[in-house]
Parts: sequence; structure tokens; C-alpha cells
Amino acid sequence: MSEQMNLTLKVWRQKNKNEKGRFVTYQAKEISEDMSFLEMLDVVNEENTKKGEDPIYFDHDCREGICGMCSLVINGRPHGPEYGTTTCQLHMRHFHDGQTIVIEPWRAAAFPVLKDLAVDRTAFERIQQAGGYININTGGVPDANEIPIPKRIADQAFESATCIGCGACVAACKNASAALFVSAKIAQFAHLPQGQTERYERAQAMVDQMDAEGFGSCTNTGACEAECPVGIKLDNIALMNKEYFTAKLFREEDIH
Amino acid sequence: MLDSKVPSGPLAEKWSKYKFDLKLVNPANKRKFTVIVVGTGLAGSSAAASLAELGYNVKAFCYQDSPRRAHSIAAQGGINATKNYQNDGDSVYRLFYDTIKGGDYRSREANTYRLAEVAGNIIDQCVAQGVPFAREYGGLLDNRSFGGAQVSRTFYARGQTGQQLLLGAYSALNRQIHKGKVEMFNRHEMLDLVKIDGHARGIIARNLITGEIESHEGHAVLLCTGGYGNVFFLSTNAMGCNATAAWRAHKNGAFFANPCYTQIHPTCIPVSGEYQSKLTLMSESLRNDGRVWVPKTRELAQKLRKGEINVKDIKEEDRDYYLERKYPSFGNLVPRDVASRNAKEAVDDGRGVGKTGVAVFLDFEDAINRMGEDAVRAKYGNLFDMYYQITDENPYKQPMRIYPAVHYTMGGLWVDYNLMTTIPGLYALGECNFSDHGANRLGASALMQGLADGYFIIPYTVGDYLSGLGFDPVDKSHPAFEEKRKEVEDRLNKLLSLKGNKTVDDIHKELGHIMWEYCGMARTAEGLTKAKSLVQNLRKEFWQNAKVLGTNDELNMSLEKAGRVADFLELGELMIDDALNRAESCGGHFRLESQTPEGEALRKDDEFSYVSAWEYKGDNLPSELHKEDLVFENVELTQRSYK
Amino acid sequence: MSKSKPLLSSTLGKKLIMSLTGIFLCLFLVVHLIGNLQLFKDDAGYAFNTYAHFMTNFTPIKIVSILLYLTFVLHAVYALVITRKNKAARPIGYNQSSGNANSKWNSRNMGVLGTIILIFLVTHMQNFWWKYHNDQVPYVQYEKNLDTQEVTSQALSSDEFTNYLVTYKTAENGDAIEVIKSQDLYQQVEYAFENIGLVLLYVIAMAALSFHLIHGFQSAFQTLGFKHRRYIGTIRFLGIWVFGVIIPIAFAAIPVYIYLVR
Repeated sequence: MSEQMNLTLKVWRQKNKNEKGRFVTYQAKEISEDMSFLEMLDVVNEENTKKGEDPIYFDHDCREGICGMCSLVINGRPHGPEYGTTTCQLHMRHFHDGQTIVIEPWRAAAFPVLKDLAVDRTAFERIQQAGGYININTGGVPDANEIPIPKRIADQAFESATCIGCGACVAACKNASAALFVSAKIAQFAHLPQGQTERYERAQAMVDQMDAEGFGSCTNTGACEAECPVGIKLDNIALMNKEYFTAKLFREEDIH
Repeated sequence: MLDSKVPSGPLAEKWSKYKFDLKLVNPANKRKFTVIVVGTGLAGSSAAASLAELGYNVKAFCYQDSPRRAHSIAAQGGINATKNYQNDGDSVYRLFYDTIKGGDYRSREANTYRLAEVAGNIIDQCVAQGVPFAREYGGLLDNRSFGGAQVSRTFYARGQTGQQLLLGAYSALNRQIHKGKVEMFNRHEMLDLVKIDGHARGIIARNLITGEIESHEGHAVLLCTGGYGNVFFLSTNAMGCNATAAWRAHKNGAFFANPCYTQIHPTCIPVSGEYQSKLTLMSESLRNDGRVWVPKTRELAQKLRKGEINVKDIKEEDRDYYLERKYPSFGNLVPRDVASRNAKEAVDDGRGVGKTGVAVFLDFEDAINRMGEDAVRAKYGNLFDMYYQITDENPYKQPMRIYPAVHYTMGGLWVDYNLMTTIPGLYALGECNFSDHGANRLGASALMQGLADGYFIIPYTVGDYLSGLGFDPVDKSHPAFEEKRKEVEDRLNKLLSLKGNKTVDDIHKELGHIMWEYCGMARTAEGLTKAKSLVQNLRKEFWQNAKVLGTNDELNMSLEKAGRVADFLELGELMIDDALNRAESCGGHFRLESQTPEGEALRKDDEFSYVSAWEYKGDNLPSELHKEDLVFENVELTQRSYK
Repeated sequence: MSKSKPLLSSTLGKKLIMSLTGIFLCLFLVVHLIGNLQLFKDDAGYAFNTYAHFMTNFTPIKIVSILLYLTFVLHAVYALVITRKNKAARPIGYNQSSGNANSKWNSRNMGVLGTIILIFLVTHMQNFWWKYHNDQVPYVQYEKNLDTQEVTSQALSSDEFTNYLVTYKTAENGDAIEVIKSQDLYQQVEYAFENIGLVLLYVIAMAALSFHLIHGFQSAFQTLGFKHRRYIGTIRFLGIWVFGVIIPIAFAAIPVYIYLVR
């Protein structure tokens, strides 16, 4: 039989972007260790709803660790205490009866709080819109096997492409830097032959936008890599830097 | 009365000939048209990007904070295409045939053939976008055989093909947003359709952050809003997946086709308690090496559930490997529907396992003994890890517990060959429409269909419609917009006024139980009739006793959920109506009244070889059934057998 | 078409400055240490003082030293600029800290470590550089027998010293003698390190330097994007063992040795 536990939650509540937030304490009762963290919050929310209290707002969608919508800093750790796990895949068996859990939203100037624990991550959207693609139209492309890509290269590109865009890297970084996210996008295309034609332009455009959004700079603490739920590596950041400096120092190009 | 607009001529030439016959919009005139795209999964993102590339103005909507989070992202397995790179005899016709047969002869030949025809282009397109498909050491694309297919035609990107394809389409979308051709509305939910003179001319959407009710006008509206599996509360869908856009379109006159066709996937992680919010799918490739069983007797099963005995205590002769026993030639590899139904039978018989008793074993002990633990790890390691993470049970040491879960809905808005619904100017793409998968979808075809519709079909067919419209902008001051906006506001206010005792989730869970019990894998006329009145009562209860908190002008999940559940309650009833009408077993649906002497599914082609397209007639009025007869000119209908 | 923003206005450009100045400062440490090791020689400072004179008067080295001062300033100023921007990137902090669960303490506190090093530098420069350049250190005269290589020394009063001077004379036995009048920085070092407080400051500062470089050296190469599999091991070794351990310990050993032994 699964263990039942009672927990104390200290949750950040904030009505909207403009109002000030504060911590509110809730009791989570009879929590099963088989629940996911978000299911635990569901239970608390159902209780709150029955009492007529506004439920705690948090972002979530697929609940299988791939959509990147869920967030939450749990006891100081983005996506909670387990490594390589999103909040939706974090289970309550990693907590113990009587524990106090502090739940905060991602904190970054570029990620303003929308409500309670949900933040606005559209900064990531704008960075990708600045250059996170290959400029081709639908149709009129060569056969898929026309350009062989060595397995090693394809695998490297894949490793970078697994980023789920959750923003845990920003949340974990003491500087709220988005370097890991941006670099994963740049690296995916920098590895692939299809990405070569615009590679330097892309690095500059995306870095420019990253800075314009107000993210901090990378000081290589490695916190992002440690907290990334899908294991994106710091090597991506090194590659991004190389792409950017090469562009700037040896091939400065216009961006469009 | 239902004109599918399927062109005449030989199957293989239909689409090319039809494309030529479609009217075009002059490149300089395309910018005079605006197309609204609702939903940004594979179908929506690809359609929005492709139409913007052509020069149309696009307004795209999604309820998530980014288009990239649409639930297409969660597809694991792969995407089919008839490249025949493996030289194993694949062809467009073979994929077409497999899809028609897999759909148990309940899909439209011409649509299905077209899907198979454009599938190869999808792979080219995705590779050009930088999608990192799996490759062989020589640098060429790798393929695998999937879902029991006889050829290796499935392209994949490890276990996250959906994510990689969606990121590809999303990157194309981002490019057009950057160019100003697509205006993107994140955290917006479509709440109604606006029609002018019978044509779809816009939508009413709620800005989920501010609660503002916005009117958006367009010359055409594309619904790419996915399926309605969340009617069942528990499914492998994302939490936010909903049927509201499609259902609103239905209530505005779009016919809803085959609503009872849902796919139930056999290898999901079982429910662990009432609090469960969603179900997680594990690739069905697990059945290649895992053996499905339950204890032979109820007594043993009960002892096991109570923890009085251990799995290891159950002797080999006391285990019932029911799939191997009943289907000796296919064994554990029977199709999804058969595997699912038999699991349910075992559980209903009281022989289920796990604490809840609602699960069967999928045992790898033999595989580990045969291949060694390392070989099993190499093949299934990530799935075993996922299982361990969720259940805290080590599948190398004890059998996995699995149970079927709702996974996909083949039914959806009725569309013609142009993907247009019965409302002119309103289109449905991807899982949102009904057309290509019949009564059961083959593995690795959902991604294919979403992208085929968005990249390669809608860009042609929407032009044909727009070219006949003239170049006037849509009249946003038309009273229809204000009327609909008012309706939406009234509805929201009505929802916000609900101050009863039950949470929306409570009611949603009840709905899920009813649907799962009576309109799930096995159905009877009696059960469905009972379910219909249960759902009707539940709907009444919802509007009397639900509790919705907060106000409209904020992020309000209570309100969001309430609106969706209100629509699920209505759609659920239509699903039951459809299931009642379809008194045959086909695809994933077993009607107990319609079985062979051996107890297998019996399809009734003479009676039910049609698409059920339901027309909404008004609140509390029975929907009207329209039938589109399915004509099979190219394939011969056969009964499936897995004995 | 538009121009991308200038290099130095970007977060990456600023980090490039940090990286390049950091690597240059690391190189300086090596040279500085090699020079300072002469303090261990028990030669009344002959080697050290002549070396000090050379380093402060040879024109190419003077040019390099100006570059060095500039580098120090750049490293510190950019650190400040980046830190300010980074603080602004998270106006509201977390209630709970993730501690060491995801990163090393020193990597998160490079600014603190840098500040300790800066305080140390001010003291260090004031004690030696300033006094040396402003005639506030003792004077010494060496007589070196160029045939036997024997060196004798005697302190000079300030009246006896005008500037650094090398003259030659012949000894009574006919040997050639080199006579050097010099500022005695060696002696100044010995004076200074009689103070246990200063010795402690130096040891603490070198500990800070150690932590600073264990992160900083490798980080500089990461920032540059220089992360080839073939060199990564070498860079890690240099960063941790050479710059993080050997060099700071060697530097710290000087005041400790002088305090304890002399």
C-alpha cells in the first residue's frame, strides 16, 4: 500500500503581472506517494475550489515530460529535487511526510509572472522567430536522402534538438541567462548541412534577440545543464559562442 | 446531400488531376485574403506556415503559451512514408491499402490514397527544415517497421518523433511570424465561429490572460484543434486538449462524423488512484518481447492484489497468457483493439492485477532469460526507465502492469476531399477531421496525416475556395460578430454564475467513467442507452450544481475547464448516439451484439459501410444522421482474423 | 537587411573580454611567479633585485606592463558591468536557494572571489609596487666577483644612493668586480612579511585566487567556444592543478616561508 503523507506548501500567489505577490501556506493532506507533483497540486486545488478559494494557477499540459509547459521552482530547484525530470514527471515519493515545500515561479526579468506560478515565456518565442529556422518554403526541396548526414552529426543535432523549451535553464541560472536554450537552437542547425547557409546570420540574430529580452549573461556555472530535464549540454553554449564570435570577428554579416 | 467532392478517374490520378482543376489565386491577390488557423500542432503549424509562404495573411491561435507545446509533440513512434528506401517492396498503393485495411474499411478511399501519395514529400520537407531523423552510419535515413507493418516505412527520431516534427513545422511558422505574414495569438482559446451568409468568416476567441473576448475576421477558418479523447477525462491527451472549437463549429452547422470512433491503446501505465490526471503511453513495441498474462483464477488474483502472495509465487501453470492462448498465430502482437479488449475482459472477470485490480501483466522474464538483461535494456531501456519513474517498480525484476487507455479519436468534423466541412470556408485538418483513418488508426499515421493536410493539401484546396470570393475584406462591423461575441459572453457569465457543490473536475471524472464503461472498448445497445440518460443527467447536474470560481478578466483555469467540460458533456452524448447507431463491431469498437461464433469482431459491411455524419439540430433536440456511403472501387473488403 | 548589434554591446562580447583578459592575467601569473621564486634564494636579494630592476626598466616589458594594468582594469570593470546586468536579469530572487545542488560555490561567487583578490591587489601594489616606484624601499650595494661569482652585499643609506648603478672595479687580487647599487625590494619583502596579518591576507587571497581560477581558467575557454575533445582534458588539468593549486600555493608559500624562516 502506498504511503500517505501530509505536507505544508508555501506557494507564491500573485494575482497578475502588476500586483505584488506573496507566499501563502496550504496544507496538502493524504497525499499518495504515487501522485505526480502536479496531481498533488490538483488535489490541493480541488480542496481550495470546494472552499471557494481561487485555485493555484500553474502551467502544465502534456504531463508526460515533453511539451515543456510545466515549470515551478520547488524548494529552490527548477522542476524539483530529481535530476533529469520535469515537474509533471516528479512523483511525491521523493518527498516525506511532514515536509514543507516552497513553490515559486521561474524568476527572471524576461519571464514576468502572469499569475501565481505561471510566467510569460514569450521571450523564447521571439528569440526563435529571430532566426531559429532554415529559410525554405514548403515544396521544392530535394529528396530526403540527397544529402547524406553522418550519423554522428545527425545524433549531435538531435541531442541539441531535444530541448523542450521549458525555461528551467533560465530559472536555474543565477544570472537568469538563456544561453543554454538559445545555444541548443543554434547548435542544432549549426551541426546540420541544411543549416550552413545561414549559420552565422542565425547566431547573431538569435543572440541579439536574447540580449534584447533582458536575459543575463552566461558565467558557465553549469546550473542550467544540471537542472535541464532533458540533458542539454554546456557544449552547446561553447558552440554558440564560437559561432557568434566567428561571425562577429571574421565574417560579420547582415541579419534580416 | 453530402458531397464528398471526390474526383472521378483512376485512384492514382485523382489528386494530380484535381490539383490541376483547382482554381488559383493570383500571387498579387493572395495578400488580400486572411486565413484563420486554430491550433498549432502539426496540422495547424504546417498549414499556417505554408499558407503564409504563399502570401496569404494568417492569424494563428493556440491555447498554450507557445505553438510548440501542442500535443503532437508527445507522439513517440514515428511517421510513415512510402519512400521504399529499404527496397522491401513498399509503394504508395501498399501504404494506402494498409491504411484502409487497418481502418477496417471505414475510411474514404480517395483521401487515404492521397495521404499515402504525399507522405514522401513530408519527409523531404522535414529533412530540409533540419529535423534530425535517425540515420544509418552511411548517412542515409533509417527506417523501422512499426505497428505490425510488413515493410519498414517508418521514419523516426528516437522516441520523440512528434516533438521533432512539430519543432520543424514550428520553425517554419516562426519564420513567417518574423516576416509578419503570420500573426500569432498564444494563450487564446477559440470559443465560437462567426458565419456571414452561411460562410465561415471569423472566430470569437478569449484571451486567456486578460479574459478579453476578441473577434477575429478571416476569409476562411481552419480548425486544427486535434481530437476529443479528453471526453474520457483520463486519456493520453494533454490536459488542455479539448473539443470546444470543433464542437462550436458543429453547433454552427458543421457535421460531426463518426464520433464513436476512438482508439484505445493497449500499453499504457495503469491508473494508480482517483487523483490520476492523465495516462502515459508506452510504445507498443514492448509487446514484441513482453508476454501478457493474468492469474488463471480470481482467487489467486485477489490474493495478489491484497499482497498476500507475490508475483513470483504464481506458478507457470497458474498463469493465463490469454493472448497467446486465444490467438496462437499472432499471440501478443494482435492489433491494438484486440489486445485492449482482451485486457478489459480479464479485468472485468476479476483477474486484474495491481492494487486497483485494473491492470494486466506485461512480463519480460522470458525475454530477459532469452536475450539477457543487457539486450532488453538496449531495446527498451528508456521505456523501462519511464515506467520505473512513474510507478517506482523495476520492470527488470517484476512484470510491468499495463492497461488500455484512450489515445486517439478517428472521428471528427466531416470534411470533403478539400478538407472543407459542411460550412463553406470552414476547414478541418489533422485529428480534428474524420477522413483518413476509418475506424482504427495505424501506428505512425497520425503525424503523417497532420502534416499532409497542412503542408500539401490545404495550400491547394483553400485557394480554390478563396478564388471565388472577390477581394473585399471581411466586414468586421457585420452584426454577426457582435451577436456571437454577446453569445460567448453570456455563456461565460452563465458558467461563472455556477456556484454549486461539485467541482468541474468531479463532473468531468464522472463523465469519463460513464464513457469508459459504456462507450469504450466493448459496447451494448443496453449499456449505451443507459449511458445516454446518465450523461444527460450529468449535463443537467453540471448546469445546476457545478462550481466555477473567479472572474472573466484573469487567468482563470476554473472557467477554462468549465467551458471545455460543458462541451464534452454534449459531445459525449453524440458519441453515445453514434455508437448506438453503429450496431456492428469494427475497428476499435466491439459491439457485443455483433460477434462471430468464436467471439471475434463482426463487421457488417452491407449495413454500415458508411460515414455517420451528424447534424446539430438545436439544444435538446436529437441530432440528424446523414450517411455518406463508402464506395470501395479498389480494395476488396475482408474480415480480419488473428487466430 | 540590418546590422547585427556591435560585439561589445552583447552579453557574449562582454564575456569575450572577460575571457581574453582572464587568460592574459593567468599568463602574467606564471611570469610573476617565476620571478618571485627568486625570493627563496638566500643571496641577499641579488638575483631578485636585479630582476626587479630589469622588469621595471626594459622598454618592451614596460609596454607589456601597461597592457597588464589595462587588462586588470578591463577585467574588473567588465566584471562589474556584467554583474550589474545579471542582477537586473533577476529583480526578484528566490525564497529558497538551490545551494550546491546544481553548481559549484566558486562558480557562483566569482565576483566575491574577485573582490578579495582586488583588495589584496591594492595592498600588494601599495606595499611593493608603489614603494618601489616612489623610492620608499631600502637600498643595497652588491659586489659580485665575476671570476668566482661570489656576491657580497651591504646596506646603503639613502644619501649613498642616487639611482640604480652598475660599475666595475678590479679587486686586489686582480679579479673583476661588478658593483651594483640598487633599491632593495628583497629587503622590503622581508620587512613586510614580518607582519603576520599581512601574511594571513596573502594566504587568504591566494585561496581566493585558487577558487577563482579553478572555475575561471576553464570557463574562459568555454566562453571562447574552445571545447575540443582533444584538449578538454589538458585545459581541465591546467585549470585545476596548475592554476588552481600549484600557482596559488607557490605564491602563498613566499610570505609563509619568509615569515617562518627568515
